Amino acid sequence: MRPAEFKNPEQELTRFRRRLLVALSFVLVCFSLLLARLVWLQVIQHDYFQTRAENNRISLVPVVPNRGLIVDRNGMVLARNYSAYTLEITPSRIKHLDEVISQLAQIIDIQPKDRKRFHKLLDESKNFESLPIRTRLSDAEVARFVAQRYRFPGVDIRARLFRQYPEGDLASHVLGYMGRINDRDLDSIVDAEQEENYQGTEHIGKSGLEQKYEFELHGKTGYDQVEVDSSGRAVRSLARTGAVPGNNLSLTLDSKLQRIVEQAFGDRRGALVALDPTTGGVLALVSKPTFDPNLFVDGIDATNWDALNNSADHPLLNRAIYSVYPPGSTFKPFMALGALTTGRRTAAQSIADLGFFDFGGHRFRDDKKGGHGMVDMHASIVVSCDTYYYRLANDWGIEGIAEFMGQFGFGALTDIDLEGESRGILPSPAWKKKRFKRPEQQKWYAGETISVGIGQGYNSYTIMQLANATAILANNGVVYRPHLVQSIANSKGVIRNVENKPIRHIKLRESDLAVIRRAMVDVTVNGTAALAFKGAEYETAGKTGTAQLFSLKGAEYKEANVHERLRDHALFVAFAPADKPRIALAVLVENGGFGSQSAAPIARQVLDYYLLGKMPQGAAAEVQDVADN
Amino acid sequence: MWQTTKFHARRIVDSLDMPLLIIAALLMTYATVVLISATNDMPRRLNAHFVNLLVASTVMIVVAQISPQRFMSFAVPAYLLGVMLLIGVAVAGDVSKGARRWLNLGIVRIQPSEMMKIAVPLMLAWYFHKHETLVRVRDFFVAVVILGIPVGLIAKQPDLGTAILVLAAGMYVIYLAGLSWKLIVPVVLAACIGIGALATNGHQWCEDGVKWPGFKEYQKHRVCMLLDPSTDPRGKGFHTIQASIAVGSGGVMGKGWMNGTQTHLEFLPERHTDFIYAVLAEEFGLLGGVVLLLLYFALIVRGMMIAMSAANFFSRLMAGAITLIFFTYALVNIGMVSGILPVVGVPLPFFSYGGTALVTLCTALGMLMSINSHRTLVQK
Repeated sequence: MRPAEFKNPEQELTRFRRRLLVALSFVLVCFSLLLARLVWLQVIQHDYFQTRAENNRISLVPVVPNRGLIVDRNGMVLARNYSAYTLEITPSRIKHLDEVISQLAQIIDIQPKDRKRFHKLLDESKNFESLPIRTRLSDAEVARFVAQRYRFPGVDIRARLFRQYPEGDLASHVLGYMGRINDRDLDSIVDAEQEENYQGTEHIGKSGLEQKYEFELHGKTGYDQVEVDSSGRAVRSLARTGAVPGNNLSLTLDSKLQRIVEQAFGDRRGALVALDPTTGGVLALVSKPTFDPNLFVDGIDATNWDALNNSADHPLLNRAIYSVYPPGSTFKPFMALGALTTGRRTAAQSIADLGFFDFGGHRFRDDKKGGHGMVDMHASIVVSCDTYYYRLANDWGIEGIAEFMGQFGFGALTDIDLEGESRGILPSPAWKKKRFKRPEQQKWYAGETISVGIGQGYNSYTIMQLANATAILANNGVVYRPHLVQSIANSKGVIRNVENKPIRHIKLRESDLAVIRRAMVDVTVNGTAALAFKGAEYETAGKTGTAQLFSLKGAEYKEANVHERLRDHALFVAFAPADKPRIALAVLVENGGFGSQSAAPIARQVLDYYLLGKMPQGAAAEVQDVADN
Repeated sequence: MWQTTKFHARRIVDSLDMPLLIIAALLMTYATVVLISATNDMPRRLNAHFVNLLVASTVMIVVAQISPQRFMSFAVPAYLLGVMLLIGVAVAGDVSKGARRWLNLGIVRIQPSEMMKIAVPLMLAWYFHKHETLVRVRDFFVAVVILGIPVGLIAKQPDLGTAILVLAAGMYVIYLAGLSWKLIVPVVLAACIGIGALATNGHQWCEDGVKWPGFKEYQKHRVCMLLDPSTDPRGKGFHTIQASIAVGSGGVMGKGWMNGTQTHLEFLPERHTDFIYAVLAEEFGLLGGVVLLLLYFALIVRGMMIAMSAANFFSRLMAGAITLIFFTYALVNIGMVSGILPVVGVPLPFFSYGGTALVTLCTALGMLMSINSHRTLVQK
């Protein structure tokens, strides 16, 4: 039809109607297409979308179990949980984080340190986690936020369980601390095939028992099947599988004893380990300075972290099991016992001590100018004669020394139930060959054996090892594994005791042991520790020691002339009662000078309390200034 | 006095088309039932909806009293005013959600593109009516210009949804006025080829950095999202995916009124406006969808009957175009919700919450009724 024509109205109407009918068929086609699409979605694909809708709707919310408690040998609680409200932000759901935090700060008290901590968590976290901006909200704060919650999508209030250490910094190196799970922790969780059980868990033991017994303490995660809305908020609960609380740990540790030791140290640095020689149970394990593990519970803030991490005192360092020190003269009773056992010496054999021992053109000095005169084995321990042990070491030889000392656990892990134990160094030609690269360094020189005899040279052990060796000595050569956890109780109250059998027996003669014991008792009666043990109502076998930090090259050691941090470490080992030991210990005071001055008085307090139940009178400092070597 | 009141009432009732009225009432009732569920947590919206219904029905009755002759006389002023307002928007409009759609007149903020849904077909129908006796090829070019100006201005805002509706309304008038098939067929073919090419090559075209001439980035995104919603499940694809889940999980019978989990757990975005069809499909299933399509189809058939028996060329064009606009709304909206058309802001007629759209729809219904009641008056 050509348009440029006059139209016949009738024809025009017919054409219009035809066009409308074409349009109507187009409508029909389109509606049929829509219908086909709807049939596809609602009939053919229905099951698939049904599942998708259910997945949208139903969410499995992990129910985090109560972490197990840690109690000491008397049932005193050292670690427990408390529930608190936290204000949490899911960063992935928020665009302008700082803006939202500023808005939150108008209704809830948010300090700059909270922000700092939040940003630190943010840097460490994965994207979809919800992170606390504030913990321990008051009821009023919870109410204020809930009223305005609609303004803050991606921000929520959660009730969470937090770890709490009611005794503060007591035994912090034993208990350890908790922290947020990081990538490394995640690996260990995967290795233990615990991923599923850790859905919803945010914190994990980072050190100490919290770390070592993580999988005992954690418990079994339960699940709440809940209906959620699109923002992930639970609308109602559909089904629930309860969580099983973690197991409780009972320790061999005596927290009162622990506290006495920690107070006795005062501001001094050092470590003490006290063991029950008949079981290997740890009675006290102290590393000073301590720290407050509560600081880590909701993410440590930058100020506290810097203070702990950058302090010259390194409070996070576990000086009892990680730091190694030369044992100094506390090594001598073991040397003497070895000499008797291997037949190198008899107890009666004496030497004339002129105050030095010359070997290969080098003069090894005794710390007493002019020497101790005629010295037999008993006297060598009581007066701590170096020359006696220079000679003994030279006669015995390094191989023999290493073999004998190895039996007492020197240079080997004690297998204490804590992470991060050091092996220490039991010097031997084999050790030196492994330790050094250049051939001239790898060779063992006979001169090196001599200082090993007095606990110096390459000797370096943890206080744990020293205490363990002392316990073995006290127990006549019966070796137990040192341990902190005595028993583990599950949530139903079923108690599982930690296996406690001797792991080996060292072949020793009772008569030889008696010689050493007598000499060590004399140390606390007439010898170097006599002052510290004046008036004791029990017999203590002990030995003082000093670990040299600073070689004076022949010059006389004058404490006052040496910078505090370069002073010798004071050591003391002891067991008591001497005839039937119930406790064995090793103590080191860093830069404490002579063992008799600062270390022995601490040991006295421990023994007084443990054997007699006597609480210390005043501070340790009182005893300190009386002593002189 | 009584007599005159009765006479007036009689005239008003006569002016209303019963079949159309019944269909519209059914649709509005159905819509209200669905809206009650969709606005479950926003009771104020539901109250506002009842007010909207009242206002829109009044508008429909009033418009039904106006003769088509009067509509014709409104055509030019309404069109010119609309274009001027659109230019005003382009120059000094308010920006909201990235688009410049609103014109702030001090007292009220108006969206001029909405009135163009009626003004453009009105203008075109008037133009063709004027040249009824001798419609030449040249007139179609003029019509294209009349249509092109507002569509271009609206698309530039950008408001693709309204631009499509206005374009469709104008195209229906041009088509019904008798545009040669020789012109229609190639255009339709080209469009089909274009869509087909997009469906097959979409992946390459949708890659980042590929610019589409004449399209804004977000428009490209919407089209791409339609081709593969899973590429952005948390972002723009979220609407499409969640709507499909709602529709699909509804099945044949639906989950029951107020029982839609997608709806009530807030997984459905825009559930009381653009995506309300998903609510209907989730709760009333395929059955509810078929009922809705049948109601729309009945509305369209009735509208076409009115158009066929209309008094003059203008009325015919106007009635036909209006009817087809209803169809377009429904097609684009349901197509978009069920995932076969891109997400453009087109409401589901009578269902989507919103006063402006409801008033526009009822104005159109009123015009249909007016055309119907005046079919014999003019001829005589």
